[in-house]
Amino acid sequence: MSKDGFIIEAQGIHKMYRMGAAQVQVLKGADIAVKKGEFVAIVGASGSGKSTLLHILGALDRPDKGVVRFEGRDLSGMGGGELNEYRNKMIGFVFQFYHLLDELNVLENVILPAMVPSGIIGWMSKRVGVKKRGRELLKAVGLEERATHKPYQLSGGERQRAAIARALVNEPRLLLADEPTGNLDSATGNGILELLERLNRAGQTIVMVTHDERVAKRAGRTITLADGRVK
Amino acid sequence: MYKLILAFRYLYRRRISYLALAAVALCVFIVVVVMTVMDGLVGDFKQKNHNYTGDCVVGTESLVGFAYYEDFARIAEKASYVEAVTPVIKSYALVGTEGSGRNIGVELMGVEAASYSRVTGFGRTLYYHKGDASKAFEAGSDSNLPGFVIGADLWGGRNEKGEYYYAPNPDATALSVTCFPLTAKGALAKAGTDAVNTKTFYFSDCSQSGLARVDGSIIYLPFEEAQTLCGMTEPVKRASWIHIKFKPGTNIEDGCRQVRQMWAKFYDEHKGKDNAELLSQVSVRSWKEHRRESIAGMEKEQAMLMMMFGLVGLTTVFIVYVVFYMIISHKTKDIGILKSIGASCGDVIVLFLGFAAGLGVVGSAVGVAGGILFLRNINRIEGWLFERFGFQLWDRTIYAIGEIPHRLDLTMLAVVTGCAILACLAGAALPSVSAARARPADVLQVSQL
Repeated sequence: MSKDGFIIEAQGIHKMYRMGAAQVQVLKGADIAVKKGEFVAIVGASGSGKSTLLHILGALDRPDKGVVRFEGRDLSGMGGGELNEYRNKMIGFVFQFYHLLDELNVLENVILPAMVPSGIIGWMSKRVGVKKRGRELLKAVGLEERATHKPYQLSGGERQRAAIARALVNEPRLLLADEPTGNLDSATGNGILELLERLNRAGQTIVMVTHDERVAKRAGRTITLADGRVK
Repeated sequence: MYKLILAFRYLYRRRISYLALAAVALCVFIVVVVMTVMDGLVGDFKQKNHNYTGDCVVGTESLVGFAYYEDFARIAEKASYVEAVTPVIKSYALVGTEGSGRNIGVELMGVEAASYSRVTGFGRTLYYHKGDASKAFEAGSDSNLPGFVIGADLWGGRNEKGEYYYAPNPDATALSVTCFPLTAKGALAKAGTDAVNTKTFYFSDCSQSGLARVDGSIIYLPFEEAQTLCGMTEPVKRASWIHIKFKPGTNIEDGCRQVRQMWAKFYDEHKGKDNAELLSQVSVRSWKEHRRESIAGMEKEQAMLMMMFGLVGLTTVFIVYVVFYMIISHKTKDIGILKSIGASCGDVIVLFLGFAAGLGVVGSAVGVAGGILFLRNINRIEGWLFERFGFQLWDRTIYAIGEIPHRLDLTMLAVVTGCAILACLAGAALPSVSAARARPADVLQVSQL
């Protein structure tokens, strides 16, 4: 934890993309800081750079300029192995389009992050415990009966709940959710938001990106991005 | 562990994997079948050539031959690594049935049947005297008459199964054999109308060496008779070659090296003697060098085949590359997901290389199994094709082949399997590395502006 109590903070984040010959400056010095246990929503119009900012916080992308600190530690100073560990253990990522692997069943998808750092012998020694936790998480998100189903056999809401269970399997300190309800109908989306609220009440820090003001209101704090900066 | 699970699932759940698997299996199948048949043919051909000569041959291609061969044979026989030694006359002759006025040119070999059989496989090539080569030149009609042994293809024909026609007993055919005797200087030994030596010989046996060129052009005569006919008794006894058989366990190259040293010493000791100039043309060669002209064509074909297999291997690599490029293009989302949950570049490479190795193992196993099955039945299949459609891979009336070789070489199978797996890994390497280097945000296409 940083001395100011922030679990994650980003300062002066710049990010530019090339689109053919054109260059698009998406982030122009965005700042954000999130305290442990907070549920923060980042809102903004389409193209405001909110997803890009979330990817930078999750180390899925690197900023052109600016600093991201997780618990006071600068991500730019981390090597490849440390960043892999950061993505595996410190954060959990929930995508708008769920991104589950079709070759694995629901339980296997959920426990996948726990398998990633383990070799065959390491996995053998912990697989019983991990599978137990995977089943508990599936029970918590209401998918206990769907453990052996393939992702394409689930509804959109069920897939997103499976994706949330996967993001939580390594007990991350920060959950990053990119438009978690963006691909769902309002009733199903409401169920997902209730699940996130429940997690937050249990102490989980959450940063969620959404373009929907009604969804953002469910978070404890809202940050608005416009023209590449926080308003 | 997840890499193993995912590699396995990709292998059996992606339909495109079956295409790559089929390509690998087909390539392995072709290589196993063609290499087995070709290796069998080449090996068999080499063995027949080896049976036709001793392990080492001392002599000259000159029709004049060389002198003092008996002295050298005696010395060679005493060497600890030598099993047997035999002199041979090699020349050309005209043969014809008496009174017919028709004759054909043949290759003439003068051999001592018993010792020649100890040194070469001559005894085993005989039909009527198999197992008792010492009587090879006893004419069927009268054992007191001078006999000849003739190449099986020169004597009779073969049926479509490659079997020769032999009468139950040797017949009484007589052939007149005409030679042009040469002096030690290489000039005709006689002048005028009586320039040739002619003698009548009586059929005693057929020799079937399995070498079509030999069996279609050779006649064997007793050594002394051939020596006289070729004029190689005056002014000094001469022979064309001395064939040497080494004792079991002797390395042929080592043995030949020692014979060369022995010959060099012998040559120095005979310098200045009468007709010693003939010794300068003598060379010492291993059986392979001696039969080089015969074997070279086959070995060239084999080398060409290896080159073609290299191209087949490259094609496999390319097919696997294309398939993996397509698979990985379809799997960018998976790569992004894996990297977003902490998988490293190395993990992604290992995952896809594991997938490739699995593909290579299963593909080559299918190819090898198919190859073994096909080879075990290749002669039955060819027989069926011949009976049904009249098709024969090698026309047995032309080629001296009994059945298509199908003996499997386990080392070759292991090498082909290893190469197939390596080809798969090579084909998958580039797409795997480029996939591993992709940034998760890019491959997940989450750069939503």
